[in-house]
Amino acid sequence: MDTINTDVAIVGAGGAGLRAAIAVAEADPSLSIALISKVYPMRSHTVAAEGGAAGVIKGNDSFDNHFHDTVAGGDWLCDQDAVDLFIHEAPRELTRIEHWGCPWSREPDGHVAVRPFGGMKVERTWYAADKTGFHLLHTLFQTSLKYSSIERFDEYYSTDLVVTDGRCHGVTAIEMRTGQVRFFRSKCVIIATGGAGRVFPFTTNGAIKTGDGMAMAYRAGVPLKDMEFVQYHPTGLPGTGILITEGSRGEGGILVNKDGYRYLQDYNLGPPDPWPRKKAMELGPRDRLSQAFWHEQKKGRTIATDYGDVVHLDLRHLGEAKINERLPMVRELSISYAGVDPVHDPIPVRPVVHYTMGGIDTDIDTATCVEGLYAAGECACVSINGANRLGSNSLTELLVFGARAGEGAARLALSGVAEVDQQQVLAAAGAAEDRVLQLFRKSDGAESVSGLRREMNDAMEAGAGIYRSADTLQACVDTLQQIRERYKDVLLADKSNVFNTDLVEALELGSMIDVAMAMAASALQRKESRGSHQRLDYTDRDDATYLKHSLAQYSAEDLPAIAYCDVRITRSQPAERVYGGAQE
Amino acid sequence: MSERLVELEIFRYDPEQDETPRFQTYKVPYQDDWVVLDAINYIKDELDRTLSYRWSCHMAVCGSCGMVVNGEPVLACHTFLRDYPGKIRVEPLHNFPVERDLVVAMDDFIDKLGTVKPYIVAKEERDVDDGEYLQTPAELARFKQYTACINCLLCYSACPQYALTDSFVGPAALALAHRYNLDTRDEGRSAREDVVASNEGIWGCSFVGACSEVCPKSVDPAAAIQQTKIASTGDYFMKFLMPWKRK
Amino acid sequence: MSRRPYIREPSKTRWWLEQPRYVRYMMREISALFIGIYALILVVGLVQLSRGQAAYEKFLASAEGATGLVFAALAMFFAIYHTYSWFQVTPKAMPLTYDGKPVPGAIIIAAHWFGFVIVSAALWLLARS
Repeated sequence: MDTINTDVAIVGAGGAGLRAAIAVAEADPSLSIALISKVYPMRSHTVAAEGGAAGVIKGNDSFDNHFHDTVAGGDWLCDQDAVDLFIHEAPRELTRIEHWGCPWSREPDGHVAVRPFGGMKVERTWYAADKTGFHLLHTLFQTSLKYSSIERFDEYYSTDLVVTDGRCHGVTAIEMRTGQVRFFRSKCVIIATGGAGRVFPFTTNGAIKTGDGMAMAYRAGVPLKDMEFVQYHPTGLPGTGILITEGSRGEGGILVNKDGYRYLQDYNLGPPDPWPRKKAMELGPRDRLSQAFWHEQKKGRTIATDYGDVVHLDLRHLGEAKINERLPMVRELSISYAGVDPVHDPIPVRPVVHYTMGGIDTDIDTATCVEGLYAAGECACVSINGANRLGSNSLTELLVFGARAGEGAARLALSGVAEVDQQQVLAAAGAAEDRVLQLFRKSDGAESVSGLRREMNDAMEAGAGIYRSADTLQACVDTLQQIRERYKDVLLADKSNVFNTDLVEALELGSMIDVAMAMAASALQRKESRGSHQRLDYTDRDDATYLKHSLAQYSAEDLPAIAYCDVRITRSQPAERVYGGAQE
Repeated sequence: MSERLVELEIFRYDPEQDETPRFQTYKVPYQDDWVVLDAINYIKDELDRTLSYRWSCHMAVCGSCGMVVNGEPVLACHTFLRDYPGKIRVEPLHNFPVERDLVVAMDDFIDKLGTVKPYIVAKEERDVDDGEYLQTPAELARFKQYTACINCLLCYSACPQYALTDSFVGPAALALAHRYNLDTRDEGRSAREDVVASNEGIWGCSFVGACSEVCPKSVDPAAAIQQTKIASTGDYFMKFLMPWKRK
Repeated sequence: MSRRPYIREPSKTRWWLEQPRYVRYMMREISALFIGIYALILVVGLVQLSRGQAAYEKFLASAEGATGLVFAALAMFFAIYHTYSWFQVTPKAMPLTYDGKPVPGAIIIAAHWFGFVIVSAALWLLARS
């Protein structure tokens, strides 16, 4: 097996991975960086984010506001020291990327503009039309081309971390165009592989969001934290699951049920007027909005379509000019994929899985419990998002913690690394290669990747949706156990070495099964309702027992063991989350 | 309820098995709101797991799924079955070597993209503490459309100059250079001119305009290139008339 | 290893027949040929004029003969197509803004046709006098 030696290996070239690579390159140009991604960087799912990135810059705002909005939005499961760091770094990172060319939308005087967003008391969401993720990603990718120390390995699918004696020595990856497994031997590894929305059948997430980095760290002994918290974005198109940005509500869009009634006022988010109004009604936090839909559905007040029940997102009152200026992509997506022009008709929408609050357990410096292993972005859980993420905090998170991971990795790489038993390392790398070869060469088996994947999706949808209960979760966990067993019997139809997507999808399925088990098992153990984890059998928040992060520890044969650790509370004691009129 | 079946003829090539490429026909159930990508995913999940192709976002923003459908370069996720009454022929993008099935080798584009210096070459150094550069909405509007490129390579597939001349830098890369040249925060036009204002750059373009016709994001690379030709010609004469001025 | 990228080369001579947009492009390019030849014919006409009445009348006779007229008609068609196709793309090469908003392409194209009519009329009047 070929070995590529490098100082820092970064797995994932989306917003966080690219930002980390630039941070390493700026820390010291002599450090070699291997930026490894299973897709070309501009395909990373950061590209699909629309609404914006939050950061305090306007005179009417304060860091305190951003802090409290985020902590309350996360239902007090956020680590408050991390949130403090995050909000202070946010405007600096957003300004830095402006210097790098990001085409932020502007006010008439030339300053960066901000728009209101869900759960935020004061508007602070920087935006680039309604394609903010696209612009951030392309700005980062194009800026990364300045640095000769960043060597990219595009379309390399990473399979395993090489860990011996609690230390990470690199990562193995398949060069997709040749099918060869390569060992990237490095002083440290940063994982920035994104979330795992594809474990669910209806998601805004693209095909590549399969939680591979989470699974790699998990199998290497790092706990996955808060996996039960999966965010449903309230407005996705039915069928395709395509995201209709929160920005459409930030600009004044409203949600109505089949009677044309703005139903959110029935769920402690009203009164409906005046509108738009921050942290109220359609600008409430995402978990509340998605949960309201579920209740409306139970009451029979949603609209039935071929693709399930929907509600209507009405933008007509904004007028064509404003829609074209602020929400051009929303209009285009709606016309193309829903056959509806929002200038004339309301858009059919429903909650769709969107974001994974949980992920690889890291500290405030993005370091994990495995020495030399860092994680940043959606794949990680610091945690700044707690039980529910506020919209537009995630893009900023990529920049803040991507930079932090790069800086930490650079420091480690420069500090000199202790002597290592190379035989052991090569043996571990060899074992990783064998795992892939075994799957590739297997000549008998009854399971297909697509069949098993669909069953996993169905189990998660039924068992671990917006509202959960002990029996649905237990059934889900049991089914996943069986699926994991049957996974050993997967037979690949494609036996080519060249760009074998059957093999890659099979490995992605393995990652997803592991991640799904962590999600379901953690959800089963958390006997309370908090943020986006809502239980029909435990409807209240239980701070006495559960003001803690869950930590799922991988087991190859059994269910993950779930442990708990305290949430770091500094200055905001858990209180009731108030939105709408109640906050006055 | 009768189920209409759509026939897709798909370009197949596995270098380990095929001497030359072949076409394989599949029948897929028709659904009114399906795109070609949905049909291809159906084929892979239900009929033939050996079909290789790229895709991700399914919302025309990641640029992965560029293919040639009935002769026209399109995004498979944005091309609706309902617009094709007959057979649908799917091939990989033209003018790139085919790696496998519908997957082309994009290396040439990636290399060329780097050569045009597609990043801010700062006019004045600015600290993060100094805040953002000021840029009016009108200044942003001047270059905004050229920022919309998703690197899907449909323009390279359509461009006959790129087909006939390997060394041509190509529409998307040149449009991106123009995007930075127009950005008020940038002063890199002279840094880019060796590549951009060369025979392999803008002067390799004979304004066929196919690139702009197929672009799914209305970037209009043809416009970008012609405008660059005018600006570059101006630069050229300025070098003689007023050599002390640099941009 | 087992990579063997497959290269599909377009035909160097027949590539433009593959798509209608390429045919239209080649028509635009070929129009220059006709216009160029017509310009040469005019130069020959000038030369013949300088050689005296007889030579010039011989030139006119052949220009007004069957082949001459057919070629002139073709050249006229291509000249108009040339003008039309290039005017169509002028908005791309010269994006104008007025009062902060982009000037619609149709206006830029119309302005070019307007200018074309004025110049043509002026030349025609000159030729007649």
